[in-house]
Amino acid sequence: MQKQLRWTAIFAVMLLALAACTNTGGTSQSASGSAAASTSASADTGDDPEAVCAADEFGCVEVADGDPIVLGTALVITTADADLGQDSQYGAHVAGDLRNEEGGVRGHMIEWDDQDDQCSAEGGTTAARALVADPQIAAVIGTSCSGAGVPAAQITSEAGVTMVSPSNTAPSLTDPATHEPFYARTAHNDKVQGAAMAQFACEELGVTRAATVHDGSPYAEQLQQVFADEFVAQCGGTITGQEAVAPTDTDFRTLLTTIAAGDPELIYYPIFTAGGALMTQQARETAGLEDVELAGADGMQSQTFLTTAGAAGDGVYTSGPDLAFENELYQDVFLPAYYELCGCDATLSVFHAHAFDAANIVLDAIDEVALEGDDGTLYIPRTALRDAVFATSDYEGVTGTLTCDENGDCADPKISVSLIGNGAYERIWPED
Amino acid sequence: MRLRLPERLSFVDLILWGLRVAIVVFVLVGSYATLSQGVLGFDGWRTLLIVGVAQGSIYALIALGYTLVYGVLFMINFAHGEVFMAGVFTAFFAATALADSGILNGNPLFGLAIIFAVSMVTSMVVAVILERVAYRPLRRAPRLVPLITAIGASLFLQYTFRSLYGSGVRSYPTIEILTGTFDIAGVPIQKTQVVVIVSAILLMVGLYFFVQRTRTGRAMRAVSEDKDVAAMMGINVDRVISTTFAIGGLLAGAAGILYVFLFNSVSFSMGFLPGIKAFTAAVLGGIGNIVGAMLGGLFLGVLESIGPFLFLDGLGVPSTNQLRDVVAFTLLVLVLIFRPYGILGRKE
Repeated sequence: MQKQLRWTAIFAVMLLALAACTNTGGTSQSASGSAAASTSASADTGDDPEAVCAADEFGCVEVADGDPIVLGTALVITTADADLGQDSQYGAHVAGDLRNEEGGVRGHMIEWDDQDDQCSAEGGTTAARALVADPQIAAVIGTSCSGAGVPAAQITSEAGVTMVSPSNTAPSLTDPATHEPFYARTAHNDKVQGAAMAQFACEELGVTRAATVHDGSPYAEQLQQVFADEFVAQCGGTITGQEAVAPTDTDFRTLLTTIAAGDPELIYYPIFTAGGALMTQQARETAGLEDVELAGADGMQSQTFLTTAGAAGDGVYTSGPDLAFENELYQDVFLPAYYELCGCDATLSVFHAHAFDAANIVLDAIDEVALEGDDGTLYIPRTALRDAVFATSDYEGVTGTLTCDENGDCADPKISVSLIGNGAYERIWPED
Repeated sequence: MRLRLPERLSFVDLILWGLRVAIVVFVLVGSYATLSQGVLGFDGWRTLLIVGVAQGSIYALIALGYTLVYGVLFMINFAHGEVFMAGVFTAFFAATALADSGILNGNPLFGLAIIFAVSMVTSMVVAVILERVAYRPLRRAPRLVPLITAIGASLFLQYTFRSLYGSGVRSYPTIEILTGTFDIAGVPIQKTQVVVIVSAILLMVGLYFFVQRTRTGRAMRAVSEDKDVAAMMGINVDRVISTTFAIGGLLAGAAGILYVFLFNSVSFSMGFLPGIKAFTAAVLGGIGNIVGAMLGGLFLGVLESIGPFLFLDGLGVPSTNQLRDVVAFTLLVLVLIFRPYGILGRKE
């Protein structure tokens, strides 16, 4: 009898547990529905954080009371292209510092875990893996280079970590066919930049024959292709050749000699600092290219490019984001903080403002979706954070009015062309 | 190259002959197609040739370091590319200081002499220390051991210099007397290229006479023949080996400055590719053979410069330039298949 009772008791407990299981499943389902609906309205009005976190496919980042919220960066902070990443890193850090001065986000300070994307697929992979391995990383600002962004976007998306890039511009990253769900960017899409450079070449320079060179990186390869297509479409120009080099190449003399044989009026080589500077110098020495215009893109807009190219750089056109912002936040608040942080008196490259906006969008989204537990722990549901970033609409940032589309393009893309003269970039187009 | 048809063709011979014919046909067809399209005029080809010779003479200078060391130790000093980088990267700071003080362009010969001296001495010191610390203790070890040590030393040097001088690319100051062109028989040639080719030839001739005519050179040759017998004849083998590394370092340091004349920029990783290419050149010429290394370097430089365009462009291959390394290393494999001891190498 006693034995039978025991079995009944066990059976009953099992039934109860089963019921409890299905029950929790049910409530969490409805909780997730209500979380999605209500988090944006009011974050701390009695939503049960544990239920929300259990419902979120990737769970929550849990920040204990008094602990900082940690964001990662995956930017190129070594190698010849370090200016590009350090510039963005300062931009992002300024956004964090400004929040911290006002008491942080929901009472938590912002801290950074800075990784190096090395401007390569290998570097992007390593940086992204390091960041997703740390459960405290709420979101990532990165990468600098599109080549690093391709694997990094995949790794962070698989881990449910939202990543917003300040300077990836390759079209494929936000192409519906290849877009990774947790990836967004505040930099322009190169469909815009390539078209702008083609328009500048046609209308302002009046050239009709152009050659392009890329270094095999997704950024350069796709950008020169957009340029080539637009150059033909916009003004019926002729592309005399589309050449390729390796990122580590140093000798472009043979390449330039064969390019000269095609008799172009413009060479467009949207590559990076080291190769770009060498190609500029060697193009100036190549017979047959004396009167040819040289043009690059934002990968060649850095202080290091100016010093490395030296006198040969004078007269090179580069396109990039238009930094002629008309807002006080940039001039009066951002730039002084940036200069103080980096100890410099000129910006290193051109994506600091995009990094600032990217960090602010992420921090606002955290503020919006985070839930507070009874013990003061802050819960940041990962999928909800991603959704809040992608829901960004008419956000008044430094770089313009930002609205994210479903593929992660958030930029308010404005492109300008600069001419290098006396070792400095001078914005010359568009005129306004 | 002497090819004698064996009396009976084995299957492997047949394949090798097929390969030879295929390559010759490929090269001829490709060259004919390119030349008949007439994309590059005579001036264009001449430019490519000069570029190739200039680049090749730098390969040759570095290759001498590989070949000299192989000659006495029968090991490949894979850290030699880093010896090359160490000198020229260090000399960057001398060059910048000289440029800032106005000496470089005020008294260019003096300035250049200092830059060369700094680079050559640094490379020499690094090479000698490398031998003393990393190779000498392992001289009696199996042959694979020093090879692995060399690779380790290569990485060690790269990252040491990275932490010393930073990971960025630095640009040498402009040297005004080297800008512009010389008119040689009515042909304008970049001054830098002329200087590179002439300096490299002088250094190689100097080395040849050093090895052939001096006592130390004779000692080096003796050690290369047989270390034990040389030691019995009263030759200090350790000192000769150190001297060999020192000479290799001096040449690499000079090659570094010549490299900067052509490419202007330095970085911690700059030694890797030239090192590999120079090693290729040394094998191509017959490793251990000094004249072979010179020929191999020049051959590789010219082939890299002219080959991809000449062989491939006419066949409709797009952007042939990026296949430069493919052409260069295919050549290496082919030479090793058909002539395992290199152009001037000897059977052992």
